[in-house]
Amino acid sequence: MIPAQRDIGSLLLGDLAERLPGAVRELSRSCGECYLRVEPERLKELARFLKEQQAWQFAFLANISPVDWLTRAPRFEVVYHLRSLVFNYRLGLKVDVPDQSLSLPSLTGVWRAADWLEREAYDLFGVRFSGHPDLRRIMMPEDWQGHPYRRDFPLAGRAAE
Amino acid sequence: MSVSDARLMTINIGPQHPSTHGVLRLIVELDAEKVVSCTPDIGFLHRGIGKIAESLTYEQFLPYTDRLDYLACFINNHGWAMAAEKLFGIEPPRRAEYLRVLLAELARIESHLIWLGTHLLDLGAITPLFYCFREKEMIRDLFEEICGARMTHAFCRIGGVRDDVTPAFLPKVREFAAIFPKAIREYESLITNNPIFRARTRGVGVISAEKAIDYGLSGPSLRGSGVKWDLRKAEPYAAYAELDFEIPVGGRGDVYDRYLVRMEEMRQSLRLITQVAENLPAGPVLADAPQFLRPSKAEFHRNMQAMIRYFHITIHGASPPPGEVYAAVEGTKGEVGFYVVSDGGPKPIRVQLRGPSFVNLAALEEMARGQYLADLVAIIGSIDIVLGEVDR
Amino acid sequence: MGLIDDRFEKNFATDAVDTVLNLGRAYSLWPVAYGLACCAIEMIHTMTARWDLARFGAEVFRPSPRQADVMIVAGTVTHKMAPILRRLYDQMPEPKFVIAMGGCATAGGPFRTYSVVQGVDTIVPVDIYVEGCPPRPENLIRAFILLQERVKQMTIAKSPRVPAPPIRIEA
Repeated sequence: MIPAQRDIGSLLLGDLAERLPGAVRELSRSCGECYLRVEPERLKELARFLKEQQAWQFAFLANISPVDWLTRAPRFEVVYHLRSLVFNYRLGLKVDVPDQSLSLPSLTGVWRAADWLEREAYDLFGVRFSGHPDLRRIMMPEDWQGHPYRRDFPLAGRAAE
Repeated sequence: MSVSDARLMTINIGPQHPSTHGVLRLIVELDAEKVVSCTPDIGFLHRGIGKIAESLTYEQFLPYTDRLDYLACFINNHGWAMAAEKLFGIEPPRRAEYLRVLLAELARIESHLIWLGTHLLDLGAITPLFYCFREKEMIRDLFEEICGARMTHAFCRIGGVRDDVTPAFLPKVREFAAIFPKAIREYESLITNNPIFRARTRGVGVISAEKAIDYGLSGPSLRGSGVKWDLRKAEPYAAYAELDFEIPVGGRGDVYDRYLVRMEEMRQSLRLITQVAENLPAGPVLADAPQFLRPSKAEFHRNMQAMIRYFHITIHGASPPPGEVYAAVEGTKGEVGFYVVSDGGPKPIRVQLRGPSFVNLAALEEMARGQYLADLVAIIGSIDIVLGEVDR
Repeated sequence: MGLIDDRFEKNFATDAVDTVLNLGRAYSLWPVAYGLACCAIEMIHTMTARWDLARFGAEVFRPSPRQADVMIVAGTVTHKMAPILRRLYDQMPEPKFVIAMGGCATAGGPFRTYSVVQGVDTIVPVDIYVEGCPPRPENLIRAFILLQERVKQMTIAKSPRVPAPPIRIEA
């Protein structure tokens, strides 16, 4: 029997405020999903906590989506979607990518699913993941120039292609 | 590996290859016949569909979702429609929700039939392909009955489904439901206890439940390893909460178990289809949300306001409030997710299409390491990938 | 003609070399198994029992291009795939033909993006274009029959490729 889904945002926020103070800046909600805004330097620590804690067990990384806000600073944001299969919890993590380094810590050490998802994020957006065992392009050819999903990259490609 | 590099042979499989189920390239390192490493090289079908979404309105993008998992087109439409409905705050009427279940399960059977046929073809058995396509043609006829298209229907709409079903549709569905159990028994009589099939699939491509979850596997590939997880039960959407069905799981996580899971899923899908065909509620098939959805043609002809609204939405598109949504449906290969970000304009500013085949394929090397080259072909078939979803 | 007049009617048939060769070529056009995307599914349907392309001579889809006569490009061609498509075409022995199946192979389809080749005819010469997204099996069969008509017009007196404009089949 899969337990019924419920909103655990406030509970989780409370637990994190106690166990990992300062890791989470705020909790927001959109269309029934809770999002925690995470400090980039605390991301890996938080990810490990969410996965390994018996009360949470977020062992399933569903999705990694970079978002290009173009005119905002910082420009890029990466959104992670997690699931706890045991308790049937859902959670979103939002991390702002620092503009200077354009890099976030890799989560391949926490979830193996992060391997290809981070490679895709790098290929299409140019966000780097430090500590990734094999960060190279996955969709476009190895020697391709540019990051096509950035909003300033034209859909039909550059004339030089 | 304690084998010196000189003994290893690197071979290239694909991207044009009968057993890769599409344009997949594998770079395989072999020690005699055993696979030491297997690196997929993908992107040969990368069309930039996620980026195309940023230049179209929510309604205009819907037909592109058909081209993601093109074996089960309706399910992708459904996921996209759900994401848009959550953003807009629209609820489809009950009849539409039931019809969505019916069509999604027909699509699921269709996809599993082609999986079965091509998987067995890779293993050397040609007959199941022709048998499976016999039933698959019946399902194509059902879709053709309601919308004229055999595949890539774009039949699901934001707010419901495009049209009500024709009077001949439900009797044809019942006809199909009457013959399909016998068809499944026929496939099973050929395959399940076949000694060659068992020898090629039992104990091959094993992945443990813990590793499967860590790799983000979903769908039959996850359930084959014994994890009882299905989005239709975990986050019931459409009319699934009101219907009876079971989630089959395997025991060992090998190719044979994934086969058994999909065979049973076909039976459960048929069970859902029969329930819907018997209990389809009456009512409209499209939600009434004049702010976001176009009025009906009848209103258009009768009412000036409706006409203006119709033109406005067609030309400019409807704008949801700013926000974001991650909507996921249980596709035939696993969790089909749509992460959509809206800034309040008529077009989304970001759409991330989560293709289960993309995530599942990453586990191929894990399953294939140490197995024979011939097993590799069986394992690719058992993960059941579709390149439209891998590359998007 | 005087030598064989009225002597061997029951055992001989005489005809042009072209006719015999073309008969063999037209009715045994073997396609390369080259499904790329969604159109490949309709191509598989055309091959199976209901539509049965084998009736028209496409008995087997050869995995190897070296044993094939016609390449049915079914699906979207990306820039990453393009060199491989060209290589496969070059590996096919003459006489060879190309059917561009579907909107994507014809002109890029709905994907006017940075990664999609806008029509396979920028890479290989195409004989028949089949429109549709995807085209129905009947359309693909019609393309095949039209290709057979073309093959029957070939002659060994000239180079293998028939210098005629490609044919377009509407959805």
